[in-house]
Amino acid sequence: MKPSYTWRVTRVALLLLFGAFFLVPLLAMLDFSTRDLGGGRSGEAWLDLVRDPDLSAAIITSLLLALLTVGGMLVLLVPTMIWVRLRVPRATRLVEFLCLLPLTIPALVIVVGMRNVYSWVNYLVSDSVLTLTFVYVVLVLPYSYRAIDAALSGIDAVTLSEAARSLGAGWFTVIGRIVVPNIWSGVLSAAFVSVALVLGEFTIASLTNYENLQVVIALLGKSEARTSVAASAAALLFASVLLMALSYVGRGRRARKENLT
Amino acid sequence: MTSPQGPGAEVVLDGLSRHYGSVHALDGLHLTIEPGEMVALLGPSGCGKTTALRILAGLERADEGRVLVSGQDISDVPANKRDMGMVFQAYSLFPHMTVLENVGFGLRMRGVGQRERRARGLEVLQLVGLGDQRDRYAHQLSGGQQQRVALARALAVEPSVLLLDEPLSALDAKVRTQLREEIRRVQMEVGRTTVFVTHDQEEALAIADRVGVMSNGRLEQIAPPEELYARPRTRFVAEFVGLTNRLDAAVDGSTARVLDCTVPLLDGSVASGPGLALVRPEALEVRPESDGNAAVASRSFLGSVSHVTCDLDGGPEVTAQTSSALAAELAPGTRVRVSVAPSPVLVVPAG
Repeated sequence: MKPSYTWRVTRVALLLLFGAFFLVPLLAMLDFSTRDLGGGRSGEAWLDLVRDPDLSAAIITSLLLALLTVGGMLVLLVPTMIWVRLRVPRATRLVEFLCLLPLTIPALVIVVGMRNVYSWVNYLVSDSVLTLTFVYVVLVLPYSYRAIDAALSGIDAVTLSEAARSLGAGWFTVIGRIVVPNIWSGVLSAAFVSVALVLGEFTIASLTNYENLQVVIALLGKSEARTSVAASAAALLFASVLLMALSYVGRGRRARKENLT
Repeated sequence: MTSPQGPGAEVVLDGLSRHYGSVHALDGLHLTIEPGEMVALLGPSGCGKTTALRILAGLERADEGRVLVSGQDISDVPANKRDMGMVFQAYSLFPHMTVLENVGFGLRMRGVGQRERRARGLEVLQLVGLGDQRDRYAHQLSGGQQQRVALARALAVEPSVLLLDEPLSALDAKVRTQLREEIRRVQMEVGRTTVFVTHDQEEALAIADRVGVMSNGRLEQIAPPEELYARPRTRFVAEFVGLTNRLDAAVDGSTARVLDCTVPLLDGSVASGPGLALVRPEALEVRPESDGNAAVASRSFLGSVSHVTCDLDGGPEVTAQTSSALAAELAPGTRVRVSVAPSPVLVVPAG
């Protein structure tokens, strides 16, 4: 059935509207960050991203945090969720509740609650900014849980694992070679969402007096407005590219499936 | 772990019990399966047949009892160390592997090299007639093909016991009939001891050497299909396997009077007095007779034979099997005489 004319117009209009909603601020940021004082154009602010030692350190910190968070989340969540699905389905509700809990608690409350824990973390582990990984792993749980859960629901994990076991596979092989390859798109989504989340995180880092990318951007905003905007735009673009890659991974997989049937 | 008698192993289920809360899925199941034999476990859902198979596979544990294969107690051996191949009711091919990789998976787990895996994989794929599909993925195959690959995958590791858990019930009727013949052919060819679980009596009777009828976690009777059908030992078996008419009977010594006819008794019948005779449709004879004992209620054409349902005067409705030629004369309302052929029947206590 061909969509009616009015419908198509509405669709295009809506698309333009939402496109503008997202693009106008980005373009404004680009415009602002490339101005120089004389009214001309200059790439100074963007060059500062690598030149300013504080900023480039913060970029590296945030990227490291993203990496560690993804690693921690995957190690914690993937085996747990597979194990719960295969062996202790009774615990599904509990695990889901625990994973979704961080969504319902405001960042401020988390920080206040974590004060005590972190004084021990700082004392026992280290007081490096990278210890933020622990909070961030908790923070990304809800989104990662959803992504992995959706992928797991898409396959008959129990039957596949029983088939693999009856063919001689141990539990490690079942998880690593049978289940994970079939929920790979979900695992990737979880990882991308986590990266995007960590790169954009400001509240917790700021309240715990750590300097990640967003905190430094905010500080810069007070002195070097253009550089701070350039950094924001760069972070935003990076996250958008990641999220687009995510939707592409999901779609590519589906499309391949449909083509081959 | 091959038995001396051939590629198949003897399997003994010794007093298996399994409870889920207050439900007795298995209640002291005893079953001995000869090497190379194909046994079908038949029963309504919840009778414990699948539980028995899963315990045999090591996917579930029994609360009591032992599993012996070739005389060895394997009750404590985990599923991945048991020498068994299993085909599941749900499609179970690994979606991220090609057909050939699927078939080779079990061999890979046993440390067999790439070249040998491929050769053996192609061999079993030939056996199930899918040699040309080796590079496809599960989602490119029909349901019947997927189950055949699953069968090939289970056979590739040359298991001493082959377990089939309702492998055909997700398929449509025509493919089901075809594939069950194929399973039987393959099983005869490889000679593995096979346990086949199904709720479809036709399937069980068609391909198994012996059929075990289960109910409430127990084995009611296990016998070759013909015997199970002709000489059911309990009321449950008689009523579950095939169509059965229930007719009032009076037992006297070794015979019973049913519909004014004298018929011999099967073992397990009541010793004397009144009872209910369980009579197969083909043991009932119907002929038109104006002062008969019944009237035709309906008939259904099944090809060369037809089923004719008659209302007995002052009694129940019965179904008889006749030739379709005779059934053509038996329009609904026709007065008929229904009598019982002198083949042995089971008479159970009334009520």
